[in-house]
Amino acid sequence: MTERAYDMTIGLEVHVELLTGSKMFCRCSTRFGDPPNTNVCPVCTGLPGALPVPNHEAVKLGLRAALGLGARINLRSGFDRKNYFYPDLPKGYQITQYRTPLAEDGFIEISEPPKRIRIQRIHLEEDTGKSIHAGDDITTAEYTLLDFNRCGVPLIEIVSEPDMSSPEEARQYLERLQRVLRFAGVSDVKMEEGSMRVDCNISVKPRGTAVSGKPVEIKNLSSFRAVVRALSYEFQRQARLLEEGKTVVRETRHWDEAKESTYPLRTKGSSQDYRYLPEPDLPDLVLEESFVEEVKRDMPRLPAEIVAYYTEKLGLPEYDAEVLTLDPNLSRFFDDCVERGADPKTAANWIMGDIMGYMNRQGLTYEKIPLSTENLVEMLGLLKSGVISGKIAKDVLVKVIETGKTPSEIVKEEGLTQVSDEGELLSIIQEVISANPGPVQDVKNGKEKAIGFLVGQVMKATRGRANPAKVNIMLKEKILS
Amino acid sequence: MELWELGAWDIAHKVRAKEVSAQEVLESHLARISEIEPGLCAFLEVLEAEARIAASRVDAKIAGGEDPGILAGVPCAIKDNMNIKGTACTCGSKMLDGYISPYTATAIKRMSREGAVVTGKTNLDEFAMGSSTESSAYMVTRNPWDPDRVPGGSSGGSAAAVAAGLSTVALGSDTGGSIRQPASFTGIVGLKPTYGRVSRYGLVAFASSLDQIGPFGRDVRDVALLLEAISGLDTADSTSVERPVVPWSKRLERPLKGLRAGVPKELLGLSVDDGVRDAFYRALSHLADMGAVIEETSLPALRYALDAYYVIAPAEASSNLSRFDGVRYGLSTRGKALDDMYHATRAQGFGPEVRRRIMLGTFALSAGYYDAYYLRAAKTRTLIRRDFDEAFKVYDVLLSPATPTVAFRAGEESGDPMTKYLADAMTVSANLAGIPALSVPCGFARPSDAGLTGRDLPCGLQIMGKPFDEETVLAIGYAVEASVREEMEEKSGRMRRNLLLSKECERVD
Repeated sequence: MTERAYDMTIGLEVHVELLTGSKMFCRCSTRFGDPPNTNVCPVCTGLPGALPVPNHEAVKLGLRAALGLGARINLRSGFDRKNYFYPDLPKGYQITQYRTPLAEDGFIEISEPPKRIRIQRIHLEEDTGKSIHAGDDITTAEYTLLDFNRCGVPLIEIVSEPDMSSPEEARQYLERLQRVLRFAGVSDVKMEEGSMRVDCNISVKPRGTAVSGKPVEIKNLSSFRAVVRALSYEFQRQARLLEEGKTVVRETRHWDEAKESTYPLRTKGSSQDYRYLPEPDLPDLVLEESFVEEVKRDMPRLPAEIVAYYTEKLGLPEYDAEVLTLDPNLSRFFDDCVERGADPKTAANWIMGDIMGYMNRQGLTYEKIPLSTENLVEMLGLLKSGVISGKIAKDVLVKVIETGKTPSEIVKEEGLTQVSDEGELLSIIQEVISANPGPVQDVKNGKEKAIGFLVGQVMKATRGRANPAKVNIMLKEKILS
Repeated sequence: MELWELGAWDIAHKVRAKEVSAQEVLESHLARISEIEPGLCAFLEVLEAEARIAASRVDAKIAGGEDPGILAGVPCAIKDNMNIKGTACTCGSKMLDGYISPYTATAIKRMSREGAVVTGKTNLDEFAMGSSTESSAYMVTRNPWDPDRVPGGSSGGSAAAVAAGLSTVALGSDTGGSIRQPASFTGIVGLKPTYGRVSRYGLVAFASSLDQIGPFGRDVRDVALLLEAISGLDTADSTSVERPVVPWSKRLERPLKGLRAGVPKELLGLSVDDGVRDAFYRALSHLADMGAVIEETSLPALRYALDAYYVIAPAEASSNLSRFDGVRYGLSTRGKALDDMYHATRAQGFGPEVRRRIMLGTFALSAGYYDAYYLRAAKTRTLIRRDFDEAFKVYDVLLSPATPTVAFRAGEESGDPMTKYLADAMTVSANLAGIPALSVPCGFARPSDAGLTGRDLPCGLQIMGKPFDEETVLAIGYAVEASVREEMEEKSGRMRRNLLLSKECERVD
């Protein structure tokens, strides 16, 4: 196997559910998790005679996505019907934008390697209902239940150009895309809940040849990890086929999470013909220039802009700025701390260090940052004014998170106030000096480093409450004078 | 005179003036229905109980001093491809056997709000595809002028009901002539409004870009009155248009002096029966006598209207009818696998004409054929629109016979589908261009197959107008009507009074 002699070309089609309260073409609720078939009406169940009416909120969110991805807006776009039969598609067609999408020519920048991934088109469409196969296996199911609550939920489809050349690049593209859409308030973009769905197209060709390979589509990917694994698997599978002199079949394959492999979906004869047709029930979607301007004006700040603000105005290192803009809640949390008077770099350190560390250990998401900004800022204040030591602060933070009490309450209740009183410290220092003649001698001999050990001993004796800077000075005075 | 013989205008006035009650008007019609309907087969369902409730509501409103609306107490029949909450909506198809609609079409809501009393659902060609009402899966409606002949289609049930005096007015739908052609065949007035004038919400779609709901009546004023009640913007139909609703029924009398009417030679060049042609020319000379300037003109693209129509309409239909898949409602035939269920359900549920059009449309949209068929037809449609735009710079209206023949014999249509498609040549271009078009009786003609004993049958004149200029179209219709009023009233009155349909027609349940 000589995999390295092959190159892969990857393009992604991403479906994203928009954060609207009602569906794309009717007024039914989009709420997730309601009892089956409760958010339905004649329009979204395709009853005879019912007609679609576009949801303006969805158009607005679609525009936001397009603006966030630097795409060119088509002031006149149109809806089309994609015809195919399936039980969860009640009209026998899906309303989508085929001829002219809402926006074209956007991009996402990835960093390793620095590269611009072009976005071909962004278009609006409606979701299908949900088929629930008895026993979960479509091939052996005795019956299938249909839930039309999801049917008609607004989606945008974001189609990239085949600009990625490794699974890792695909992962970065998806992360960046997810981040932009979250910050723009377009979608909650959760792969686990199906509000973000990814289909991959991958083709493989021998390195250095001009011929492009036949693209294979991979579906059923429920996490970024699955995307990376499936692409890696598919690259190897196709490379092996080429190596053996066989040809790759242009087809759609399913990712089997358990078996960590892909398998072809049942295909009947020739490829599906969707018989696209301009949707006669809907006039062209014509956007006023002023409406686009309004959406632009109301656009939430995007990660790139926030990163620039953090680095240029707040003086944060690039790395910190990137981490804090992983998620809109996280960056809002940080902004709030700064607004409440916290020193940006100190706040950043605590958020990225202890808080995110705690959240990782507990498996918390950014939606639920486990403490209030008031409490964090108060604790930073206690630390800065010397009331508590840095070491104590770490414990206080955990206790604030776990009890919900304020830092002052905890410091008071547990007597954690830093000891700076010279009289109290002096007696402890004397004890430490007499108990550690060796290190004391080292200090006298000019071994500066030994002082650290002695400071540590004092900290230990005060259960961390001593002011280490003060102890340091006092120890040196005592030993060297 | 019996109450069922009155027109909508008179009924509404008498009911509002408390001269008669809505319930009396209704009972007169229900009695007429039970007498005539068994031999006419216009109604798929008579909504007796619902109609009585509606009529008593109108009377209660009047008693309470409330405004009962412009159609107070007027009985109205509805083509059975429009939804009424809690009642069946079969579209004349086995596919929707047993289906009960959970909502009401906007046009019917509006009409009811104006005091109209819905009396029942009328027969039609299956899914409105046809021009004889013979492709209904349930029964064949007769033409009250001659029970051996068809009432036209697809809104044949509505037309027959109004012509025979079973209903004062009725709603139909017109995709390629389905209101105008049966109006012509049954000697009544039928209007296809401008596309977007009347909401399509609740009308089961045949070809969405061509379909339009419209009124039938025994005179132009009644048609105008019903149009007033059903028109207007509807936010539930994205293709409906905001245009002021004009009191058309009060603006019918208008001097024709200086009015310019064009007669497209492409339409007269078609094979029009001599009798129909004669009646048409007689009407033209009446209009000319009243001061209208009538000229022959040319709209070259009309030659391709029928071809474009028979690509676009089936293409849209093939997509619109996909929802009848046996999964959620209506007929469902079990199969071993999903595809088997689809095939069995659709093969059993759709009749041959519907299947033929679905296949035509599916083909026209298929990969590799889309450009040659659908796209080409769409471009032709643009050319037709352009020709109309040009013509309307010169003329106020365009005139033609509504149909090339009078009503044909039942059973004739089952032959070559191409022959019957040709019969739509007069009417389809108004749908392609989205313009208003009225069929108004202009006289009588001897059918070419009548033989020596044959009776003369009514035939209609078609008036096509500028988009949203129903006002002019109706005013000219009113003038045509006036020119033949005496003859029409005499003959149709006699037809209704002497109507005796001894032979009951067959119904499939």
